[in-house]
Amino acid sequence: MLNYIWLIPLFPLIGFLINGFFGKRISKNTVGYIACGAVGLSFIVAVLSFISLLQLTPEHRVFEKILYTWIDSGSFRAEVGFQLDPLSAIMILVVSGVGFVIHIYSTGYMHDDEGYPRYFSYLNLFTFSMLLLVLANNFLLMFIGWEGVGLCSYLLIGFWFEKKSASDAGKKAFVVNRIGDFGFILAIMLIFVTFGTIDFTEVFHAASDKSHMGIITTTTFTAITLLLFVGAVGKSAQIPLYTWLPDAMEGPTPVSALIHAATMVTAGVYMVARCNILYMLAPISMTVVAGVGAATAIYAASIGLVQNDIKRVLAYSTVSQLGYMFLACGVGAFTAGIFHLMTHAFFKACLFLGSGSVIHAMGGEQDMRKMGGLRAHMPRTYWTFVIASLAIAGIPPFAGFFSKDEILWKALTQGNILLWGIGALAAFMTAFYMFRLIFMTFWGESRVEEEVAKHLHESPGNMTFPLIILAFLSIIGGFVGIPLIKGWNKIDEFLSPVFGGHGAGEAVHHSVSLELGMMMVSIVIALAGIFLAYRMYIIAPGIPERLTERHQIAYRVILNKYYIDEIYDALIVRPIKNGANFLWKGFDVVVVDGTVNGAAYLVEQWSKVMRVIQSGYVRNYAFSMIIGLVIIFLFFM
Amino acid sequence: MEIIAPPIDLTGIMPMIIIAITGILVLIIDLFLKERSKNILIFISLTGVIIAARVSFSQYGGIHYSFHRTFVMDTFSVFFNLIFLLGTALTILISANYIKREEINHGEYYALILFATMGMMLMAGGSDLITIFLGLEIMSISLYILAGFRRTKKESNEAALKYFLLGAFATGFLLYGIAILYGVAGSTNLKDIAASIPGRLFDQKPLLLMGMALLIIGLGFKVASVPFHMWTPDVYEGAPTSITAFMSAGPKAAAFAVFFRIFIDSLGNMEPNWNVIIGIMAVLTMTVGNVLAIAQDNIKRMLAYSSIAHAGYILVALVAANSLGFTSVLFYMLAYTLMNMGAFAIIIILGNKGEEHLNISDYAGLGFKRPLIAFAMSVFMFSMAGIPPMAGFIGKFYIFSAAIKAGYIGLAIIGVINSVISVFYYLRITVIMYMREPVREFNPISLSPLIILALIISVWGTLHLGILPGTIIEFARKSTFAFF
Repeated sequence: MLNYIWLIPLFPLIGFLINGFFGKRISKNTVGYIACGAVGLSFIVAVLSFISLLQLTPEHRVFEKILYTWIDSGSFRAEVGFQLDPLSAIMILVVSGVGFVIHIYSTGYMHDDEGYPRYFSYLNLFTFSMLLLVLANNFLLMFIGWEGVGLCSYLLIGFWFEKKSASDAGKKAFVVNRIGDFGFILAIMLIFVTFGTIDFTEVFHAASDKSHMGIITTTTFTAITLLLFVGAVGKSAQIPLYTWLPDAMEGPTPVSALIHAATMVTAGVYMVARCNILYMLAPISMTVVAGVGAATAIYAASIGLVQNDIKRVLAYSTVSQLGYMFLACGVGAFTAGIFHLMTHAFFKACLFLGSGSVIHAMGGEQDMRKMGGLRAHMPRTYWTFVIASLAIAGIPPFAGFFSKDEILWKALTQGNILLWGIGALAAFMTAFYMFRLIFMTFWGESRVEEEVAKHLHESPGNMTFPLIILAFLSIIGGFVGIPLIKGWNKIDEFLSPVFGGHGAGEAVHHSVSLELGMMMVSIVIALAGIFLAYRMYIIAPGIPERLTERHQIAYRVILNKYYIDEIYDALIVRPIKNGANFLWKGFDVVVVDGTVNGAAYLVEQWSKVMRVIQSGYVRNYAFSMIIGLVIIFLFFM
Repeated sequence: MEIIAPPIDLTGIMPMIIIAITGILVLIIDLFLKERSKNILIFISLTGVIIAARVSFSQYGGIHYSFHRTFVMDTFSVFFNLIFLLGTALTILISANYIKREEINHGEYYALILFATMGMMLMAGGSDLITIFLGLEIMSISLYILAGFRRTKKESNEAALKYFLLGAFATGFLLYGIAILYGVAGSTNLKDIAASIPGRLFDQKPLLLMGMALLIIGLGFKVASVPFHMWTPDVYEGAPTSITAFMSAGPKAAAFAVFFRIFIDSLGNMEPNWNVIIGIMAVLTMTVGNVLAIAQDNIKRMLAYSSIAHAGYILVALVAANSLGFTSVLFYMLAYTLMNMGAFAIIIILGNKGEEHLNISDYAGLGFKRPLIAFAMSVFMFSMAGIPPMAGFIGKFYIFSAAIKAGYIGLAIIGVINSVISVFYYLRITVIMYMREPVREFNPISLSPLIILALIISVWGTLHLGILPGTIIEFARKSTFAFF
């Protein structure tokens, strides 16, 4: 079966081509069948490949299938080839599996949309690119997939392009992502120059060999890994490039579930895990990864505490959970990071689809202040939502408990108490804002407008069925990684060939009682968060108002997302407006947000300068040449 | 006194002879043609171009000097010849309908394009400053006329006159530079100059630097690098669209061929003296081109600034001055010719007589009304922005890799930042095509089989070079053996 892994990305590509070119001429049902069928077939091949991979002995579980040599010139060689190892096996299962479920959901959610064929062709193209990204056997091919998912993300965020906010959000996402890509592409060039190859296997072999012999210095590794991390920060929405993700919620909700929660945004985590050998050789980069991850985890969680838009809460929650994954990678617990990536894909997709179901029932309303009491109207959505929330909050035996606890444990033992403290605090916030969401949406008095209330209904079967599957996975997904009991941590065992010895972090042995104790602590933290939410929003609903009144400034700051968009504006846009054109060139890498918002000012300023220089007078043009001449002469003197 | 007739060896200049004869044939036959049968000229010109390309291709490999070492036929010049001929063929294909529509369907049009092409080939193969200058002037004078070919239009006349005045100005610098180099080295032959430089560096360095500076200015003008770029937007905007397409591909490539040959072959020893100044020019050219392109509403002007920016990327490769850099330039020029010609072909397709629809907002809704044309345009825009899997991405990847390999990491970073900036305005075209309601009718559209052929070639080429670049890169790499 392994010889056929190229079929996995091929099916969605075919689906994209058919729906893209003929979608308008065939019936809606056929479009849906083609799109879902393509991803379904991918999933079947992925499962079969996974089974074949399991039959090999652990040390032989790396399989490369080279389709053709893409570029072969002098010392430079790149192939179109796919690599299946435990890491990419988990990724393709998640991508095609969750992708398949979301495709089915979409047939219900997008049913009445005019752009139905366009939507499914984009979604197939996305699946193709994402599978290409995780299956690539070299950096350049991975980059192609990386750009492909970026393009699809842009197309799908701006899917309802008649809305200005949607097309703006699409552009913002694309440009911010390009900032990240810029780091990634520089890293690839540096890798090529350093190792003379861009093939994963060769680079990683050369890296460990040459660093032992001292041929390549730690500085080089640090440079490469930090540049790669710039790419990861952009794609996975970490500080400071996270601003595009909340805006990306302008896209259709299944898109948010698939691209902006389950798969694409985790590409950065995958890339860091894939390059674990390089990162292990660069301690500074590891510290940066852990630091950025921890900071993002708590920062985004705190914003999530006060948002009133149901999808925005989930968006900030995603940013925060991605922070956890980077925190895990940064302390060397790559397995824990990938484990959390997987469980997160299940429960976060479930949450997003659940919120989509709610929005669908509410006729497009997303403000939680206008919801409440929905539990009675949509039981299936409610129960699946509760299960997924318990999973993300970290209540055993749901999936999130095992992965999150693993991360916190590793942060404590392999990192330091500060990282653990931040992670634990963020976990508390997570439990709080998730149950705040549930209580505001599904419990209590109905605050639904009368007009809308008449139409409240449970969503159709093709929308609730995916919810049930994902909820089921959110329950059992964690059992592949049960700690403490020998032989039960399957995922750790399975991934250990990829992460060598270091992924598991065997180096430090702590007592079982300590680990059990810490487990209890995280459960208590989660329960405390849930209880606090219960107290504030059910027992005494007056508390939130009193709190906001008492701490007005703090509340405002958080509600307005720490004014980061405004700060970016003030730092970038204003100086440009004041004519300080040179400033933005230095700053745009750091905070591109301002450039996007400030493009209008920029154009205005430049056209002013232009009117003076590009006057249309030949004499002025000749004068400019003379100036050039003088400068060059002066330079040579 | 005995006069020995030098042996005349025409093999090296055979492709040029074919092109020149074709041009003269076109001129003569045109006299006997009626207005409606002028399509024969397209056929003749294309045949000439194809034969020349075939002959040129068969000459690939080895180095062959002729005319007292003033002309050389090596892999480098042959590769460039093929790029020129491709550009010329595409120009002829996209011109046919356009010049009929604009009522400038005169035989001289094709003849001048062919003569300009001959000039470029002389430039690429020139191994003597005088031959190079000759080629440059043959090309430039043809272009001055072509830029003003729409005689009845004010802008076209303005473009021609501006181009001519400033071009003459730049030629002055170039010629002065050649004279000074001759004064220092005692020869105009590139190899001889190179051989004499180490001896002169000691006592005549200021003069050498001065000559070199003047050459940089003269050639900098031709490749439109900052601050010698000011003519570009005005001329590109005013010239007939098909000629703008022509100018932005072949002549630019020819100027780069000369730039590279002189600065590596002749002045290679002085690299420490010129690399900083050319590096600065590269940075300025990329940045100014990209930033100003954002401000444009007119698509021809936007592409003019975009072509300035692309010149900047290529200068980065010149600074890198290694085999990888040259390979990337050859590849990039080919890719650029394809994608740029394609973009201009679409501009021509979307124009009507008298109304060219050059405003970017005129492209609104094209994606719904004309999906295939919009798709082709998106391919070209994505390629120019350097997004895989298009040709432009591979080209940029190679250029910046070359810069890193040569140790110019800063330059590579600035280049990549610039290509991020450029995404903004290329993407804007795509956004407008697919995400805005149409503001005008797209009927009638002047689609002729010839221009469709040009579009197919450019789309196919852009994608092919992006997805399967292997053979071409290898071909380009072998073509740099003339230097390394």
